[in-house]
Amino acid sequence: MSDVVEGVRATLESLYRSESRQVLATLIRLLGDFDLAEDALQEAFTAALEQWPRDGVPGNPRAWLISAGRFKAIDALRRRARFDSSAAEIAERLQAAVADRDEEGLEDDRLRLIFTCCHPALAPEAQVAMTLREVCGLTTEEIARAFLATPPAVAQRIVRAKKKIRDARIPYVVPSKEDLPHRLDAVLRTVYLVFNEGYSASFGESVTRHDLCAEAIRLGRLLAELLPDPEALGLLALMVLHDSRRAARVSPAGELVLLEDQDRSLWDGGQIREGTALVARAFASGQVGTYAIQAAIAAAHARARSSAATDWVQIVSLYDMLLAADPSSVVALNRAVAVAMRDGPQAGLELIEEILGRGELVNYHLAHAARAELCRRLGRTAEARASYERALGLARQEPERRFLGRRLAELG
Amino acid sequence: MKYMLLIYLEEGALNEAERQACYAESTQLAHELYEKGVYVAANPLQPAASATSVRVRDGKRFVTDGPFAETREQLGGYFLIEASDLDEALDVAARIPVARKGTVEVRPVVELPGLPGR
Repeated sequence: MSDVVEGVRATLESLYRSESRQVLATLIRLLGDFDLAEDALQEAFTAALEQWPRDGVPGNPRAWLISAGRFKAIDALRRRARFDSSAAEIAERLQAAVADRDEEGLEDDRLRLIFTCCHPALAPEAQVAMTLREVCGLTTEEIARAFLATPPAVAQRIVRAKKKIRDARIPYVVPSKEDLPHRLDAVLRTVYLVFNEGYSASFGESVTRHDLCAEAIRLGRLLAELLPDPEALGLLALMVLHDSRRAARVSPAGELVLLEDQDRSLWDGGQIREGTALVARAFASGQVGTYAIQAAIAAAHARARSSAATDWVQIVSLYDMLLAADPSSVVALNRAVAVAMRDGPQAGLELIEEILGRGELVNYHLAHAARAELCRRLGRTAEARASYERALGLARQEPERRFLGRRLAELG
Repeated sequence: MKYMLLIYLEEGALNEAERQACYAESTQLAHELYEKGVYVAANPLQPAASATSVRVRDGKRFVTDGPFAETREQLGGYFLIEASDLDEALDVAARIPVARKGTVEVRPVVELPGLPGR
């Protein structure tokens, strides 16, 4: 008997990982209440642990769990109905609703959940926290650790967001075609934020932050699969291509390794093939946005067998496209660095000095680091030193500071 | 569910011709919303200089000049609508002409059961 229980327990653990978010998304739609749905989800799994060893694992576990969750919620509402007549009404309505809808539409529930968690009426930090909690199933403690916040602060953010969803009646829908582009932006931005939080900190000690990259890619896959918008494909491509370099980005001593110095044999070929194919799909749509263009740049780097073999002509023309789509100083700076690789350091330096002259990036450490790098290559050592020092004064992250310190020391 | 759309605008942001155009456009919007059964009420307000604030403390009435708001944008009018969810309310808010110059705050209304006219 205990073997059976152990077997069911293992099955349920794996089901929890693979199905619980889908079950939750559907329960939220059926029950119209995040908290009620979360309680119902937990109770459905508890009920499964009691019943499945006796009755066997059902043929369609997800449908079983949804149905069990729904009945648990009806029970909870009936108990509550003793104090609150509206709960009784909801319970009646739920009872009357068609018990077993077919599977169709269940995937839409996950999209609904993502769009509701990323509704622009919620604060951006709340969007991220809600997405990680409700869509990815991370605990409050895990989210807090990843975003260097305290668990009570994260919990508070989530409680407030749920209250607003209920009180302001934020709808549980995938936005209409007209609203979709604007609303999808917020979703993609949230997913990319989650990825970057994991990626930029991937040389840190915490494993959870690695998990954030994996979660973001998982979300990106879900979006690309359910809503194959060119920008959704582009973002997934961008994340997969960045992630393909993870093993090469950090030296065994934990130091940051620049793209040009990375050991390319450590790059993940499978991820590069996947990312490159996604870029091609996004470009084939004829409507590329900033994520797809950035992914194309990452793919151009990934294709080069060595730093010297990089196709800088193509990369500069992609930066021209990116600058047209997103005319920001940071993009202009990155383009200038690519121009330096194509046309030589002098050409790049002139562009960077023009950007710094406009005053927009004077407090951005990477602008000074880039200027320093080009001055160094031109043999203008004193200017290089001044710019490295400036960059060092502005840089916040420890690995970057160590990197700049090393460069400065190398100047002699 | 009812939503209050509170319209905030910097006073003096509109000249007289713009104000009249804004009233005309808002009136048109109100008629469209009425046709769809969304409209409950709407009105522009006189400038904040015409406002008087009343507080009662310990049974004593204090009447003072003006509102307390120190923001540059002042409450300048409202729409009260009946919408099925926040997205529908936001769509209406985006169509209020002042949204292009000022801010429209969208707040769900608490429906007290004991009020008259229900």
